[in-house]
Amino acid sequence: MALLKGTLDVLVLKTLSWGPMHGYEITSWIEVQSSSRLDFTDAALLQALHRLEERKLLSAEWGETENGRRARYYKMTAAGRAHLRSETASLLEQFGTLAAVLAISSSGR
Amino acid sequence: MRPGESRGGIRRGIARRFRLPLRTTEHADADAQEELRSFLDERIAALMSRGMSEEEARAEALRRLGLSFTDAAIVLRESARTRERRLTFRDFFDDLMQDVRYALRTLRRDRAFTLFAVLVVGLGVGASVAVFSIANRVLIRPLPFRDPGELAWIANKGEKGLSGETVQSQTLLDLREGAPSFRNIGGYVPFYDVDNTKFTAKDESARVTVIQVTENFFPMLGVVPMLGRSFTSDEASGTGPRAVLLSHLTWERRFESDAAIVGKAVVLNDEAVTVVGVLPPTFDFGSVFAPGARIDMFVPIPLNAEVNSHGNVFTMIGRLWPTATVAAALHEAEAVAKRINAEDSRREEFTPLVVTLKEHVSGRSRDALTILLVSVAVVMLIVCANLSNLLLARGSTREKEIALRVALGAGRGRLIRQMLTESTVLAVGGASLGLVLAIVGTRTIAGMSAFNMPMLERVSVDGMALAFTLVLTLVAGIAFGLAPALQIPSASVNGSLQSSGRGFAGDRRGQWTRNALVVAEVALACMLLVAAGLLTRSFYNVLDVDLGFQPHRVAAIRVDPGKEQLTSAARFTAYVDEVLERTRAMPGVEGAGLSDGLPLGGNRSWGAKAQGAPDTPESWPTVFVRIVSDGYIGSMGMRLERGRDFVAADIPTSEKVIIINESLAQRLWPGEDALGRIMIADTARRVVGIVHDVRLLAVDADGGLEMYLPFRQTRDFSAVNLVVRSTLPPETLTAALRIALQPLLPNLPTKQFQTLDTIVDDAVSPRRFTTLLSTGFALFAVALALLGIYGVVSYSVNQRTQEIGVRMALGASAAGLQLGIVRHTMMLAAIGIVIGSAGAWAIARGMQSILFGVTSTDPVTFAIVILLLTVVAVISGYVPARRVSRIDPLMALRSTT
Repeated sequence: MALLKGTLDVLVLKTLSWGPMHGYEITSWIEVQSSSRLDFTDAALLQALHRLEERKLLSAEWGETENGRRARYYKMTAAGRAHLRSETASLLEQFGTLAAVLAISSSGR
Repeated sequence: MRPGESRGGIRRGIARRFRLPLRTTEHADADAQEELRSFLDERIAALMSRGMSEEEARAEALRRLGLSFTDAAIVLRESARTRERRLTFRDFFDDLMQDVRYALRTLRRDRAFTLFAVLVVGLGVGASVAVFSIANRVLIRPLPFRDPGELAWIANKGEKGLSGETVQSQTLLDLREGAPSFRNIGGYVPFYDVDNTKFTAKDESARVTVIQVTENFFPMLGVVPMLGRSFTSDEASGTGPRAVLLSHLTWERRFESDAAIVGKAVVLNDEAVTVVGVLPPTFDFGSVFAPGARIDMFVPIPLNAEVNSHGNVFTMIGRLWPTATVAAALHEAEAVAKRINAEDSRREEFTPLVVTLKEHVSGRSRDALTILLVSVAVVMLIVCANLSNLLLARGSTREKEIALRVALGAGRGRLIRQMLTESTVLAVGGASLGLVLAIVGTRTIAGMSAFNMPMLERVSVDGMALAFTLVLTLVAGIAFGLAPALQIPSASVNGSLQSSGRGFAGDRRGQWTRNALVVAEVALACMLLVAAGLLTRSFYNVLDVDLGFQPHRVAAIRVDPGKEQLTSAARFTAYVDEVLERTRAMPGVEGAGLSDGLPLGGNRSWGAKAQGAPDTPESWPTVFVRIVSDGYIGSMGMRLERGRDFVAADIPTSEKVIIINESLAQRLWPGEDALGRIMIADTARRVVGIVHDVRLLAVDADGGLEMYLPFRQTRDFSAVNLVVRSTLPPETLTAALRIALQPLLPNLPTKQFQTLDTIVDDAVSPRRFTTLLSTGFALFAVALALLGIYGVVSYSVNQRTQEIGVRMALGASAAGLQLGIVRHTMMLAAIGIVIGSAGAWAIARGMQSILFGVTSTDPVTFAIVILLLTVVAVISGYVPARRVSRIDPLMALRSTT
């Protein structure tokens, strides 16, 4: 299932609400949570991370992974938390409305 | 791994508060590269742990990347670069906003200080921007013509007066021929009088000012009529159809902006003339060529033999070829002049002078404006020194706050930036006020046409002035914030936080800075005071000048005769008699006379010689000529030194007579009695009177040689002014005169008497302008210096409370301590005065050309300035020093401040 435009950013923020993670951790967390049903490339994810950091929704720092590799860790900023809240609310509302409209069955006529 | 990075990095879950900046693109690139590799490594490791071979895992990882490795690397490098660029900017901007917010909060807490600082900066910036706007318009901005750089002013460097500066029409033609550097040469006749022409419309007449220009005058300047066209050769030939061009203002006011005006006839001096065009609003003849004058209409003047016979009448403007230089043009003009002077003895002497038109137009005001520019620069310096001092004193009360911030990890650089932001915020606040003041100021100045300075009517705060304001504000903000900011110690946290004693602002360096600033303020104020003092004394000297006439209670009005009164000499004589008789019969009139011109107005000159003198150029001096009637000399309050005034009996058939001034008498008959002698002017005339010299050209310049011819014996005049000495106000006089002259001049133009006081006043107005402004600046500077001294002394008294308490406890008297403080103040002032006097001496030397009756080292001015500054220093030092006597030694010793 291809991602709707703009939803990757929210997904990343949602993931990071669990705590600082590096890029691969983020993608594998999303894969696990969505049972690999959400389809996005790793390049897109990394770009999204750069973009979010640029908007100061994330901050980044080099750190060491559990297996001793260096990785760029991302952490959500206060602005990122606020953004996640408002985006989640608006996405859920959109999907709810969409679902309600699409669920109207034509047989009821 | 990049070199120079710690191996460990940070542990998971621990975030640093501040982002480590990646300063260069190389860093950003390497960062992105490493992140990509690390990501792929993690995925490969994860895939392999699920049982894939390394090969398979790598292939899968690359597949998941979605792009080829190279492409992904490029894309990520770009996004990382963008990110760093924007973040750097945002960090800067966020810090700036934080600093600005903090500064505003701090300043709001200290309202009195903020208000004062904004006011001081506002006045300084306002003055600077206003003066800059004037200088920009008058000195820097190009003239409002096409390719103004190519325009040149060609004058005759002859005798003084307009006749000496102008040329004959044939000379203009010869120059066109013989000076190929000029693409074109045109000119106008500067011998016009204000309101020289009667303009009649709907049975009512008014007087308008008409000036004669050459056919090519407007095309050469690049001025294109807004309606209609410029003159044709036929119209300019002198024999063709008569044509007139209207100024934009005249078209609006007198013709109600009639869009169909072109082709219609107007009545000028009872003759119909066709309007061929209307000039654009951007063209203002007066503001460029005749400051203060309003020219209503333009008519063409031919360059023919008849006009040539009028003598020197043309002021020339030339347009140079783009490649030609003024020097080359001058060289050519000199060659032409040499030929004319040698070949044509009947031609007026020509000694050419060629300068750019811009130089000519701005030249007259350059010295005065330079003085004003220097003055505002000095004022701005004092403003900066003053605020610097205030901020320093403020810094001392903030030392704990700053120490706290240092302790919390703020770096010195960050704090300096914060302080500079604060001073810049103050400067911006002040500049906003200053800009308003400057706009109001320039509007007011532009509206005061009486100031008689070229281009002044066009002065306004424009884009260039706004740019200047911006730069000035930033420079000022940094300038006065720098000294206090640099007082921030690098790491002396302990001192201020722990101790209750004097912190960094009280140390020797701070003391030294403050003292230096006070010395600078006094020195700068001293310079301005001396400059203003010299200008003021010059101004009063100018007002005190013996004009040779007494303008008080004298008024003048145009009473040009109608056509029929000029048909014969007898008729004109009768006209003169009757005008004078009727006027003198009016109640309240003490004396009346006629003249073709007024002092400080236009002028013309002729050659004249003593009868019997050899016919050499030396015995033909150029003499200013006035045509006057009996009673003029008395009404003007001129002094008849010897002989008699003209009388009604000096008529065409009686002996031709003349009155000359003392200078001319001396020149023509040195060491002899001129009275009763015969001289050659227009014709042979007997000298019947000798008058005291009159300031004819300017209040601050000697008049020169003058002669007066009786109205009844010549017809060579272009205007008739009635000069009346009376106790009546001008309005009453005008009304009474209109009734008195009704039978003679049925439609006397609806114009009021002009008082001679106004004429003299207008003549000194540029000088008044400069004097007023520079005095204003100087007083402002003194007030700031006073505040500066006061601030420093009261600060040091506060700082030394404990020390003073100890001294008093040990037996020192309050009076003695006060004396010490005042003595210290005096010493600072003395150093400032010495430095300032030296600076003033240098400035005054540059002012020499606009001083009048005082030398640049005028001891009186210097003495007064030194005395004034000493008094100011004593007062501003003594007032805060008095606080010493209120110090209770016990309280001072106990207090921990």
